[in-house]
Amino acid sequence: MSTEGVNKSRRRFLTAATTVVGGVGTVFAAVPFLAYWQPSAKAQAAGAPVEVDISKLEPGQRLTVEWRGKPVWVVRRTKQNLDDLTKLSDKLRDPNAEVTTQQPEYVKGITRSLKPEYLVVVGICTHLGCSPNYVKADDAHNLGSDWKGGFFCPCHGSRFDLAGRVFQGVPAPTNLVVPPYTYLSDSRIVVGVDTKG
Amino acid sequence: MIKSLVSWIDDRFPLTKLWNEHLAEYYAPKNFNFWYYFGSLALLVLVIQILTGIFLTMNYKPDATLAFASVEYIMRDVNFGWLIRYMHSTGASFFFIVVYLHMFRGLMYGSYKKPRELVWLFGMFLYLCLMAEAFMGYLLPWGQMSFWGAQVIISLFGAIPYVGETLSLWIRGDFVVADATLNRFFSLHVIALPIVLLGLVVAHIIALHEVGSNNPDGVEIKKNKDPVTHIPVDGIPFHPYYTVKDIAGVAGFLIIFSLVLFYMPEMGGYFLEDANFVPADPLKTPVHIAPVWYFTPFYAILRAVPDKFLGVVAMGGAVAMLFLLPWLDRSEVKSIRYKGIIFKTALTLFVISFVGLGYLGMQPSTPVSTLVAQVFSAIYFGFFLLMPLYSQWDQTKPVPERVTMP
Repeated sequence: MSTEGVNKSRRRFLTAATTVVGGVGTVFAAVPFLAYWQPSAKAQAAGAPVEVDISKLEPGQRLTVEWRGKPVWVVRRTKQNLDDLTKLSDKLRDPNAEVTTQQPEYVKGITRSLKPEYLVVVGICTHLGCSPNYVKADDAHNLGSDWKGGFFCPCHGSRFDLAGRVFQGVPAPTNLVVPPYTYLSDSRIVVGVDTKG
Repeated sequence: MIKSLVSWIDDRFPLTKLWNEHLAEYYAPKNFNFWYYFGSLALLVLVIQILTGIFLTMNYKPDATLAFASVEYIMRDVNFGWLIRYMHSTGASFFFIVVYLHMFRGLMYGSYKKPRELVWLFGMFLYLCLMAEAFMGYLLPWGQMSFWGAQVIISLFGAIPYVGETLSLWIRGDFVVADATLNRFFSLHVIALPIVLLGLVVAHIIALHEVGSNNPDGVEIKKNKDPVTHIPVDGIPFHPYYTVKDIAGVAGFLIIFSLVLFYMPEMGGYFLEDANFVPADPLKTPVHIAPVWYFTPFYAILRAVPDKFLGVVAMGGAVAMLFLLPWLDRSEVKSIRYKGIIFKTALTLFVISFVGLGYLGMQPSTPVSTLVAQVFSAIYFGFFLLMPLYSQWDQTKPVPERVTMP
């Protein structure tokens, strides 16, 4: 190959320009492949609201329903449970539920509910996504004699009280998530629909 | 006849050249010992996994509603399906046993040190790829442990600040581990990762054959060549010497492999966990969940840190440490035979910590076990991070000119 009369700087410019244009093309070509992994239209549409009948729930009992593939718990708290919630503040990370991402804005205060008697939370640990166990105060457990009832995650030992508030010194960083929900009547809840006004 | 055929091929494809470069005229040190079986055994297990994997794919259904039943179908109704499936699941655990021993050999004899840094790095990428392959494969039977194990591991990515949630959603392809996740993991497990694995194996071996094998003395045999033939005086051709040795290793390996395969394929819940014989239930986590044994050392490190993000960082860091090894070891000598008491103590403590973490990772966590795991984690990181210091302070012994034979 003859290298006579070759304009090296022009050749270098052309090589660099071709590389840049090719690189940009590659980036654009990668977009459909990356977007392919996003939840499909079907997966996005599957989050339909779920109606729950709470009329048969006894005090202290828990009901589990599936919403968007996740367990949602409805727990009917006793008077004793509600009294206990007020005494735990100094052991909790976020006792007054100030981290706003963990509940809709209309679910306020230490009970983290619309009606104090009924707790509605997503039963997925905020640490690494296991589903914690419901451990009542009088169940057999090794969570200490001052355990007032709540949720214990078997995976990594995170603990939550009966308002889904996380205890200090456990791996979970935040309270359990309260899903959007609203009361259709005194005995019917719909999960996945916000309470208006 | 055969000669002329070979010469016909050689004119068109470097057959004899490849044979000589990698087998007949690849000179390996003559003092290899027991620890040098595990490279070829890893290759054997890879072949077993690919072969059985191809056959399992013929009956497996990557669909959340069908997957669990299709595995049971393979186990009960397909001719010899149980054998192929157990070979694959037992093979996965043996892959890690063999690879851990292979890596420990490198650690003992300093096989990661100059000029073998790239051999070590390719090997570490192989290890990383193997972990991904094993993790994705474990989701496929769609049992309780498959489901919740994947849920926890994918949630690890959610701990990354700002992009974490988006990233874990992107990996799952749904708001929870679901059919989309199972189907893509199947695709990666049977196509993408095996291709990467095979490519890395080739790179690992090419890099090794470029620099030549290390040996239990850590002596560079290429420094002492016969003046006439230019063959290392301490080297012997890989074929037939080491091919025959490795075949003996294969025989021994297959005896142990078959004992597990035929008599205890679940290994008492360590190779196939009990909870995985229950179909995946997204509403209920099994009471005790733990990853399969080969991930438990890193899992124990994750649990030892009482902070979500820092726990994930520590776990990732524990794997990353191994990559840095060639640049952390400042010792004058390669092999443990000529290293001093400090390195020997450090390596012993490291092995105790690694095995200890592996045990703790399988157990439910209690305050005491968390404390022990924290001590072991500190030793694990100390072994690597303090190595630049203690490997220099260590009193090394003089390395002989030639390899030593027992």
